Amino acid sequence: MSALRRRKAGNIVMLALTYVAAVLATLPLLFILFHLLQQGASTLTPDFFTNMPRPVGEAGGGMSNAIVGTLILLGIACIIGLPVGVGAGLYLAEKRVGALAMTVRFLSDVLNGLPSIVLGIFAWQFLVRPFGRFSALAGGIALGAMMIPLVTRTTEEMIRLVPNSLREAALALGYPRWRTSLSVILRTAMPGIVTGALVAIARIAGETAPLLFTAFGNAFWSTALDEPIAALPLQIFAYAISPYDEWHAQAWAGALVLIVIVLIISLAARHATRARFGSAAD
Amino acid sequence: MIQERDELAAGKPCLVTHELSAFFGQSRVVSNVTIDFRDREVTAIIGPSGCGKSTMLRCLNRMHETVPGASATGTVTLDGTDIYAPGADPIAVRRHVGMVFQRPTPFPTMSIRDNVAAGLKILGRGAPRGSDVEDIVEGALRHAGLWDEVKDRLGESAIALSGGQQQRLCIARALAIRPRVILLDEPTASLDPLSTQKVEELVYQLKQDIAVVIVTHNMQQAARVSDRTAFLLMGDLIETAPTNTLFTAPTDPRTEAYITGRFG
Repeated sequence: MSALRRRKAGNIVMLALTYVAAVLATLPLLFILFHLLQQGASTLTPDFFTNMPRPVGEAGGGMSNAIVGTLILLGIACIIGLPVGVGAGLYLAEKRVGALAMTVRFLSDVLNGLPSIVLGIFAWQFLVRPFGRFSALAGGIALGAMMIPLVTRTTEEMIRLVPNSLREAALALGYPRWRTSLSVILRTAMPGIVTGALVAIARIAGETAPLLFTAFGNAFWSTALDEPIAALPLQIFAYAISPYDEWHAQAWAGALVLIVIVLIISLAARHATRARFGSAAD
Repeated sequence: MIQERDELAAGKPCLVTHELSAFFGQSRVVSNVTIDFRDREVTAIIGPSGCGKSTMLRCLNRMHETVPGASATGTVTLDGTDIYAPGADPIAVRRHVGMVFQRPTPFPTMSIRDNVAAGLKILGRGAPRGSDVEDIVEGALRHAGLWDEVKDRLGESAIALSGGQQQRLCIARALAIRPRVILLDEPTASLDPLSTQKVEELVYQLKQDIAVVIVTHNMQQAARVSDRTAFLLMGDLIETAPTNTLFTAPTDPRTEAYITGRFG
């Protein structure tokens, strides 16, 4: 009898501990969001999205150039990172063993752990120095390179979760192997891959280090790919270390916008994947 | 060793193996099986677990070789053509010899309609289009006895169906590309009795048109649905005979021991 009571008590204690852990896990995010809203919401007027930065002392002004710049950089990064990452992940999941697969898997883990500042220096060495100018393209490529290992490994994991019986079912229907991989395996793993890609985009959206010597930042409006381009993280960095109070407020607002951009991307993509599977999937 | 007795009038041999052996790496799991499967007949393959039933079945549509390290020797002919001949395309083989697995395997991203049409889309230039696809889907679902249950929700996800419905959907999917032979690998092993009964009735329907090979570890099922039964033990084909004969007057003592429940 007492053994049962002890088990029940243990159960309650462990349950309580997991509740505490669950709350602690969400606490930093809630705290950050609350603080950002508190500090940044007042600066976040429609002007913030449509206006250019103003000189110190002038009221108002916004970060339209940095917002657009970040979206352009993320676009370039996705164009590079998603196809390469998903393709490599598909290869790793379907190949599993073999020298090339082992090497790619290992190197992608190494790349994953590479400090982003190192990646930035490499991008500067090969994409900025030879051309003699900072450019949006160099920044986007640096971010894309950061994305590749993230997308590769999540794609591999997600594809491995697809039961082998589905692969066999497609092959038994007369599907060629490549068609099985693309229209059955990849499609089944797609929600997971999309989630993985979103995590990767969210990761790189806030990266500052790879952009320091590639995209460089730009105080003016520019959407040219071969020119330096403004980016939210760079702008936030520049404004936050400045001595001016109004720039600090702008930095808070910029941080809030950055988080909201990530949030919107996540929600939109989740909606897109859900819609494809029809109402029955819900 | 192979006992062949009174021929049934029903069908001509359409899928014939000769000295078929199957391997995983070095280990031999099916040894020199020579057997024919006949048109418009149901052939059941019975035997204890691990006797090579499923492996033998998977040799008949070249699915066996999709497992790393697996190989097969001997010949398997479909209407006289060796499907293991050099240059024979396993993909073409699988379009003529359909297969349904132990667990239902509907494609979870596709609707009920798209599941049934899945095999049609990859037929290349000869692929049916538009209303032809609708007709084939309806025909296959009717054939599989599922049409009345799903006709109003063809656009819904296939995974919303029950296990038994999913299995009949998989049979419909295999039928849609009009195979010559359909292979059923313990198709009712994961189903409840009522769904099992429906699938068994369906098997009876199927043999009106094509050859059916069913692997089962359920001897009652073999007795219920098949015209002929083959008994496999440790990779050896012990005996093949019309089902009634095999279950009432087996020739080999090992067959008798198995069907009377002395092992397995």
